[in-house]
Amino acid sequence: MVADLLSALPRFADSILVTLELTAGGAALALVVAFAFGLLARSPRRGVRFVSRTFVELFRGTSLYVQLFWLFFVLPQLGWRLEPLACGIVALGLNYGAYGSEVVRGGINAVPLPQWEATVALNMSRWQRMRLVVLPQAWPNMIPPFGNLLVQLLKGSALASLITITDLTFQAEQLRSRTGDTALSFGIVLVVYFAIAYLLTLLMNLLELRAKARVGQAPALREALRLRRPPADAAATRTGAAA
Amino acid sequence: MSWDWGYALDSLPLLLDGFRVTVFATVLGTVVAAVLGLVLAVLRRAAPRWVALPVRAAAEFVRSTPLLVQLLMVYFLVPQLSPLTLGVLVLGIHYATYMAEVYRAGIDGVPAGQWEACRALSLPPVRTWRAVILPQAVRNVLPALGNYVISMFKETPFLAAITVGVMMFEAQRFGSNHFRYIEPFTLAGLFFLAASYPTSVLLRKLEIRLGH
Repeated sequence: MVADLLSALPRFADSILVTLELTAGGAALALVVAFAFGLLARSPRRGVRFVSRTFVELFRGTSLYVQLFWLFFVLPQLGWRLEPLACGIVALGLNYGAYGSEVVRGGINAVPLPQWEATVALNMSRWQRMRLVVLPQAWPNMIPPFGNLLVQLLKGSALASLITITDLTFQAEQLRSRTGDTALSFGIVLVVYFAIAYLLTLLMNLLELRAKARVGQAPALREALRLRRPPADAAATRTGAAA
Repeated sequence: MSWDWGYALDSLPLLLDGFRVTVFATVLGTVVAAVLGLVLAVLRRAAPRWVALPVRAAAEFVRSTPLLVQLLMVYFLVPQLSPLTLGVLVLGIHYATYMAEVYRAGIDGVPAGQWEACRALSLPPVRTWRAVILPQAVRNVLPALGNYVISMFKETPFLAAITVGVMMFEAQRFGSNHFRYIEPFTLAGLFFLAASYPTSVLLRKLEIRLGH
């Protein structure tokens, strides 16, 4: 049985790669969609807001499973044939992008009003306002919910095994049919998913720390990762010496 | 290729059967998840270290791994139980781990004064939890729990992968029998939308009523 497992290792590695491709591709598309529809939802024009709202509610209200199968089975019958991997990435990206647009909208709304007023006082254009003032402050707040959505996206990528993509879940079934040991093969795959989810969470935590440091809301990364703490009364001795 | 209303109407009875199974699975799954989630949350707070930590580790593991893989594993490991039973149990356990986090937030949100008052009145632990803490904690987090119920409803199609007759299972079967997928899948999607959108609007109203 160990020989079976070892011989399955290269295929296993390939399937981990496919899962990571799905996750990364889906996440990239979701980020773009989230920002696009999150910003559109704030438009002053009612028609634009209505379109954005409809899209978001459509993709949040229907199941990822339905969307994925619709893209895989229905699109070819309408004339557009999409690669299975592309189907997976598009479905994941659109679905989680819709959830992400709510996060983006909430994050931008959370930037304090005085900041907006200051940009008006300084005569900044809409683009300058977003890029230089609002988004850098909104971004650190958006990262934790985005991190949660990323882990959910990773779990959602398991669905892709149902439309003939050879990802990790597909590999679990293959392993099971080869070794006959259900618990071991599925157990290994579950542990790998858990490990990837844990790493993604760590990555997002690091990203949040860096984003907060760039806006001055947290100590700089170098300070936060420092092993040796600076002496506790460093500031006091400085002010003490001045006095 | 245009929409065929006759074909769509033909698929409707099967889809409605599937919808019934879907709702059934969601309701049972919610019961399992709500009860087990509460147990997990209380255990985490009130149980001794050697019980609470392994339970928390196991819950974290179940929460971070895909539902589909868990479903498939249980389906192959336990052939004695019917797929619907297995599906409801796995769905329930998976969502119990999410709901445990929600309950935890609710319990943490109960003011410290409540705990102190229970101490002052010498209330035994069971009485404290049952009569004072839990009613306040659960009331605070009802909207979040409701959101997870809607999520569960939208994840019931996963049960189709273990041959439970949910709506997507029927839609797939009907579509593959007649080689035409547009109508059954679109109708299934609209059913999901029709069920989940009004529910989430109602939940939002409940949230506003509760003062959030």
